[in-house]
Amino acid sequence: MAFNIYDFTTFTKSIHDGLSSQLSPTAVLAIEWTIVGLAYLLFVALFGLFLVYAERKVCAAFQQRLGPMRVGPWGLLQTIADFIKLLMKELITPKNADKFLYNLAPFIVIIVSFLVISVIPFAPGLVTFDFDIGIFFVTAVSSVGVIGILLAGWSSNNKYSLIGAMRSGAQIVSYELSVGLSLITMIILAGTMQISGIVEGQRDLWFIFKGHVPAVIAFFVFVIAGTAETNRGPFDLAEAESELTAGFHTEYSGIKFAFFFLAEYINLFIVAAMATTVFLGGWMPLHFGDFEGFNQIMDLIPGLFWFFFKVLAVMFLMMWFKWTFPRLRVDQILNLEWKYLLPINLFNILLMAAVVLFGLHF
Amino acid sequence: MKAIYNYIKEILQGIWTLLTGMRVTAKYFFTPWKHVTQQYPENRDTLKIADRFRGEVIMPHNENNEHKCTGCGICEINCPNGSIEIITKTLVNEEGKKKRAIDQHIYHLGMCTFCNLCIKACPTGAIVMGQRFEHAVWDRTLLTKVLNQPGSKIMEGVKE
Repeated sequence: MAFNIYDFTTFTKSIHDGLSSQLSPTAVLAIEWTIVGLAYLLFVALFGLFLVYAERKVCAAFQQRLGPMRVGPWGLLQTIADFIKLLMKELITPKNADKFLYNLAPFIVIIVSFLVISVIPFAPGLVTFDFDIGIFFVTAVSSVGVIGILLAGWSSNNKYSLIGAMRSGAQIVSYELSVGLSLITMIILAGTMQISGIVEGQRDLWFIFKGHVPAVIAFFVFVIAGTAETNRGPFDLAEAESELTAGFHTEYSGIKFAFFFLAEYINLFIVAAMATTVFLGGWMPLHFGDFEGFNQIMDLIPGLFWFFFKVLAVMFLMMWFKWTFPRLRVDQILNLEWKYLLPINLFNILLMAAVVLFGLHF
Repeated sequence: MKAIYNYIKEILQGIWTLLTGMRVTAKYFFTPWKHVTQQYPENRDTLKIADRFRGEVIMPHNENNEHKCTGCGICEINCPNGSIEIITKTLVNEEGKKKRAIDQHIYHLGMCTFCNLCIKACPTGAIVMGQRFEHAVWDRTLLTKVLNQPGSKIMEGVKE
């Protein structure tokens, strides 16, 4: 098995070849699917646990607290203990709930998250699907998640859940526009919707530098709208604790609640990963045009580390404003989208089109 | 034109205020040694409780086991939830004069709301708020305390 930390193409190919020499193509496909599925499950579970811990620690630091400190050194085992607790909890279904939809909703939410994660390239050769319409697939599939949230709110037979789900619906449907439009802005620059093509286009310079002003505006619009899409603070009014107890997942307990919780953190990862891929060059190392020496030093760091470094940086940005800004009211949220982000975005597309048309980018 | 100018100005002002907020939290984040929370059981030895903290009602005694309580019962009257009971005794001094004195200043910590009214009402300043806060006990009868120490007597010169 040829393992190369810089390029996983040979590694995945050697697995494929090794299996193909022994088994029939159908069996190879089945085994590969299983391996990929397990890899994603493992990644999501571990990264989810890490993210919950990181969020709590970062939040604590922003509020001049210490965060979890008791379970394990520096509270490192806290999320594992929480996870075990959630696994052991009873699964409660409320009386008069729509049982089928109630049980279905968490799975829709988490399956959508898994679907989107499958198109994100982690490193060279480390991607499951590489569609021609990768970006379109991401925006299309991620908007299905709202159905799970609406189902959860509707089927719980609880007024808080319903209000939370409806708020979430209004919010996600509106902000979907901004996410899509800011990605379109970058597609104009990239000239392709294929995610591998977008990453490849950033070999010389990341798009956020290449597209200068419009790209920076698009980046911030994307991060704001992406935060709203994942129902994270300051746009977390779908689960505003002080008003709606926990919003759409009020009635869920145990592992079903954990699914919602995990999906929320995967969505955080997805938004950060998409921002990384489209704006910050994905797994591409930091390259600046003609500085050969600098570029070669940067090439020494493997793409996997570059990817996760950038993802964590974007996540830190999102956590930063989550724990800084107060929650928006529902009318303020819709105002922000329809009166500010959308016009800015439309203008920004024109600007980007002009920049690309007249070759004003770097 | 004016409307567009105002619109852009509004956006820039909004961004500026958001950045101001983020600067504050960034300052907090990058100075983690300035945490306001403390690791309580570990720092018990070095723990410093603020003077104005209301932990419990105590009656300070001097080195001769003397206090300032005259047994007037004003604290008992002022207590809104009856946490204080005053039991007095009558002392006879050398001149044969009868004088009221405190026998037991009973304080029910379990009923106290730490409102500070008894301390404000005390005419001689005999009771004050102490800073001890670790009041957990296994038996609630232990929460009933006698504030004046056994064998203590009133300080010289404390007038009723």
